[in-house]
Amino acid sequence: MPRMNEKLRYWMLVLPALAVMIFFYIWPVLNIWGISVTEPATGLGNYTKMFDSNAVRVSFMLTFRIAAITTVVCLLLGYILAYTISNFATKARPLMLGLVLLPFWVSVLIRSFAWIVLLGRSGLVNDALMDTGLIATPIRFMHNETGVLIAMVHVMLPFAVLPMLTNMRGIPGSYMKAARGLGASEWRAFRDVYFPQTLPGVFSGGLLVFVLSLGFYITPALLGGGRVMMISEYITYQIQEFLNWGLGAALSVALLVATAIILFVAGRFVNLRKTFLERN
Amino acid sequence: MPRSPLRIFFATGSWAILAFLVLPILVVIPVSLTDTAFIGLPKEHLSLQHFDTFLHSPEWLQATWTSIWIGIIVAAASTALGTAFCIGCWFLSDRAATIARWVMIVPILVPPVVQSLGFYKFWVTLGLIDTHFGVILAHTLLALPYVTISVFAALTNLDRRIPQAARNLGAPLILAIRTVILPSIRPGMITGAIFAFIVSFDEIVGVLFLTVRRVETLPKMIWEGIQESVDPVIAAVATILVILTLLVTAAAVARSYAATKPHPS
Repeated sequence: MPRMNEKLRYWMLVLPALAVMIFFYIWPVLNIWGISVTEPATGLGNYTKMFDSNAVRVSFMLTFRIAAITTVVCLLLGYILAYTISNFATKARPLMLGLVLLPFWVSVLIRSFAWIVLLGRSGLVNDALMDTGLIATPIRFMHNETGVLIAMVHVMLPFAVLPMLTNMRGIPGSYMKAARGLGASEWRAFRDVYFPQTLPGVFSGGLLVFVLSLGFYITPALLGGGRVMMISEYITYQIQEFLNWGLGAALSVALLVATAIILFVAGRFVNLRKTFLERN
Repeated sequence: MPRSPLRIFFATGSWAILAFLVLPILVVIPVSLTDTAFIGLPKEHLSLQHFDTFLHSPEWLQATWTSIWIGIIVAAASTALGTAFCIGCWFLSDRAATIARWVMIVPILVPPVVQSLGFYKFWVTLGLIDTHFGVILAHTLLALPYVTISVFAALTNLDRRIPQAARNLGAPLILAIRTVILPSIRPGMITGAIFAFIVSFDEIVGVLFLTVRRVETLPKMIWEGIQESVDPVIAAVATILVILTLLVTAAAVARSYAATKPHPS
């Protein structure tokens, strides 16, 4: 059979999914750019409005700050978990792994609801504190940055743990043993021998959490109560309250460009292929 | 192994972090059993009234059923499309195929609100707003990345010479795929289909943009419930879903313990 014909047949398998994706997904997303320069009037009006707006700047800063803090906290907590699961827990390993994955399978909406039940003004935490007489008036855990951060870390933590686990699984224990055998303390062996080898997993998990956090909507919207407006919520707010599709589209373009720049820069330090294309 | 301070730190830390991950989710269970009409712990006695409300509410049942059948169609469609796509890419294994695979995972990288905005404007021109088909199409696109990742992972473990042998013995491409490739990547396809179902079953932002009144899904009901009144019925729904997840996870953990245990012989 001629080679070209064969290749064509393989493309026939690839094409349906690819065509659907390009026509119904890539094209509409690229079209957002079109909306941003045509609504309500043709021109770059939405962009000048965006760059001049103080509220937009505040929202972008807030978004980056929350995403950065979430990433750092997730990496710290996730590292402890991943390290324990891969090195210490032999008997408890399947149980620990199951407990990491359990929240992963519960929808973000329900997890946010659980946090509202806990952290709300008359939530369980405040009720318990008031019943025991520790506080007289409810503490505000929710509708502020703290509430959003707690719930965001909760949602994102598994995303940080999984790439680090995959990475640590590939590190043979013999290096640490050799370092210990040569007289290094346990801490020194960890710091100088083990930790540098785990950096690819750390970067990979960090990038995943950061990128997902930047565009996160549900948890900030529910736990922030309109007071902590991250950029995704700002976009829907512009559209729902003011029908301001043009500005919403311009903000979307800005968010997309920011995400693309981060991925591009991160690509120099992180194996993007392993982070996104070949993750399991 | 000796219990070093480092080890103790990591082990205690881990259990604390796991408690932080799991316990807040379980809080929906006692709340769902409350005998009051608002969110909180049971006051006088345990009550199943909110489960009763859920099971007798046509709106909630209708939305649950809609989410289930949309999820099943999305799982079937995205698994079929994604599997064919991956097999083609696996055979090609060239630069173009790698680029195609990157294109397929774009939905993971684009923020939900941004893609939903894009969907909305396009779905308006296609007349798909507030239709079940519009939601199914959007969810299929969002599920495709997960399907392609897990199916392709299964394919990379497959020896290229096996389908080649079938071809050399005269099997047409379709026959080789059906009898040789598909059976060996079935686990990846099943994982992909489960992922796709869950992506669709949990999806909320797209549904909020693309539907008005005619299409009600379970996440949309929960979302509206939280926004409006935080009704304990939501806790009952959440409890049902959390317990289902718990059971499945427990079964998976038990299975992996059974697999690591030596056979009694």
